[in-house]
Amino acid sequence: MSTIHERIRAYLERSLRQLELDDDTDIFANGMVDSLFAVQLVAFTEQEFGVAVVDDDLDLANFRSINDLANFVGRKRTGV
Amino acid sequence: MAILLGDVAGKTVGRGWVMAAKKQVVGVVGAGVMGVGVCENLLQHGYRPILVDISNDALEGARDQIRRSLGARAMFAKAKGGEPTSTTLEHLTVSTDYQLLAKVDLVIENVNEDIDLKRSVFELLDAVTASACILVANTSCIPITKLGSFTKRPDKVIGVHFMNPVPLKDTVEVIPGCLTSDETIAETRKFLDELGKNYVIVNDSPGFISNRVLMLTINESIFLLHEGVAEAEKVDTIFKSCFGHKMGPLETADLIGLDTILDSLKVLLTCFGDSKFRPCPLLEKMVDAGLVGRKSGRGFYSY
Repeated sequence: MSTIHERIRAYLERSLRQLELDDDTDIFANGMVDSLFAVQLVAFTEQEFGVAVVDDDLDLANFRSINDLANFVGRKRTGV
Repeated sequence: MAILLGDVAGKTVGRGWVMAAKKQVVGVVGAGVMGVGVCENLLQHGYRPILVDISNDALEGARDQIRRSLGARAMFAKAKGGEPTSTTLEHLTVSTDYQLLAKVDLVIENVNEDIDLKRSVFELLDAVTASACILVANTSCIPITKLGSFTKRPDKVIGVHFMNPVPLKDTVEVIPGCLTSDETIAETRKFLDELGKNYVIVNDSPGFISNRVLMLTINESIFLLHEGVAEAEKVDTIFKSCFGHKMGPLETADLIGLDTILDSLKVLLTCFGDSKFRPCPLLEKMVDAGLVGRKSGRGFYSY
């Protein structure tokens, strides 16, 4: 089974049509994404990993990169 | 009329109605992509939408989607240094009961692009809403005069063709029907001003301006794919790189939803009786397969 990192990477590379993304690439920088994609990313996070993204979670620090999102999902799953 | 005047608390306004210390309650019918987008946009501007659909599942899905969308857009706006936008769902009501629309001044209808379905909804809205209530049809292609004929108030029926995604698209097409009154047009314009929308007013005709041209472009692009002339990326690249379009026709089709594209082409084919609107067989096949674009995770592209 794919790791959380791999699943996020596959989704982002497919959606953003980027061949390679570093784990720390800031996808919100350089106009890589728009607000429509921000909505899809939150939906992906909830549906793919079965976690609820609540208001307090809607911080860019949780969604900025593959590493940030993987850490966020890990925290939500362990209830930290 | 109350809708024109926003939140002028406690004053007697318009036709003598007394405004509450709240913004306007607006009815929204249909909890699909457009209904959800309209509700989200209304909430962002301080309105109190009542979203009505026949399906409880659709309504709960819509509430969830609006919550997620408002939050994500607020997060994005903050990241870009923009003004924070409202993320509250407190002002949203969802229900399967049309009777909740009995006292609203304006209803925006967003059900599927199917004339028989629209007829049943407009007949119902005509029966349950106050006679002064304006019925706004958010339709892709169906003539507004036809929708008005399903009611006893064709003077109060008007088309407003919102674009998808509604919160991001600043301009709408406004279509008065043959019998739409000047007062209804004026009140609709003021409502759109409050909602921060620009508008282009055009005369009634199937598909209006936007979709009469766009649906043909999309359908012909699908034929190119169907005939193996080029793959989707190349078709879209031509439009983006050569013509400066922000999105290509097939990306646009994925965003709109291929089911809606197919329904719209069928309406145009029926209304004009012109075979140039016949849907490409590949479009029919993709809709049958459930590959309807972004909302299903796959269309001409994967999401």
